[in-house]
Amino acid sequence: MPGTECLRYVLKAAGPDSVLVVPACCTSVIQGIYPGTAMNVPVYNIAFAAAAACASGMSNAFCALGKETNVIVYAGDGGTVDIGIQALSGAFERGTNFLYICYDNEAYGNTGMQRSGSTPLGARTTTTPGGKPTGKKDLDRIVEAHNPPYMATACSAYPLDLYKKVKKALSIEGPKFIHILAPCPPGWRYPTEKTVEMGKLAVKTGTWILYEREYGKLTISGPSKAAMKRPAPLSDYINGQGRFKNLSPEVMDEMRQQVERNIQRLSREEAGVC
Amino acid sequence: MRERLALSRPTEASSGKTGSWRTFRPVVDREVCNACGLCAQYCPDGVIDEDLNIDLNYCKGCGICANECPKQAIAMVREER
Repeated sequence: MPGTECLRYVLKAAGPDSVLVVPACCTSVIQGIYPGTAMNVPVYNIAFAAAAACASGMSNAFCALGKETNVIVYAGDGGTVDIGIQALSGAFERGTNFLYICYDNEAYGNTGMQRSGSTPLGARTTTTPGGKPTGKKDLDRIVEAHNPPYMATACSAYPLDLYKKVKKALSIEGPKFIHILAPCPPGWRYPTEKTVEMGKLAVKTGTWILYEREYGKLTISGPSKAAMKRPAPLSDYINGQGRFKNLSPEVMDEMRQQVERNIQRLSREEAGVC
Repeated sequence: MRERLALSRPTEASSGKTGSWRTFRPVVDREVCNACGLCAQYCPDGVIDEDLNIDLNYCKGCGICANECPKQAIAMVREER
């Protein structure tokens, strides 16, 4: 399960004085049944649409009690990009002191791989059997528009990078956001042992760019710096996955252009050109 | 013992010892292994300890350790049951 790889490092970075708010996602499966939990921290299981709102209340309550407990929302891409986005936007607008982590496997994996707003162009899911006709919703730019003090992207294949980002996020006051790409073997249709390899390929081809943004200032993270100068061929990433089987050349071209546009936009911004 | 990553370990829950789900078992060639610890870092179930011993009671045999090992010291062998 992709969620477990990241969750171990997120909780390790967060430490014992933390509370997890988990909406419906793969983590609600491994979290266990009330009153027990598989994690050694308190977990609050909540409806899809309410995770960030719940965390807002929790964070205010801890503040009123004078506690410095970390409130962490650990949600999947469906619970962030589609269903939970209004609560997320509200919490960021209110300036809630919490960390929102979205681990993104680019579909509703828990219910059998239905398309989500985060599914990329051309990917086959059970609800888009001919490939998704539209592109991936750019959640990071939506969050960026809220001007949070800290936001970052990470990938489960780079655990040390993820660990550092969670540590840094929790040291900052205010609403924080981390978007983790978590490759999913049954959903993306590749052999289980290639999970870490897929994550690395996503970064090396420039499909997924690791960066962090502190008070609006962009810094590209180490693994992506080299990848953005000389990205690996996109076909390496796409051919390994069953969900991109039989892509038409036009869609393939469109994907390549999207990756190039993204790389250009971010490298220009980092260089201070635009 | 050298201090390495303090990570959680799996324990028995309602589904018992999850190692029984495994089809392929990781076998480490200690002669080739250079103890870099990447397998422990990437193991999704956290079954590889500080001394790089694999806890076969909970290893589900995903094969990530074998795939990521830079020395190719881990082989996946079919379980005979």
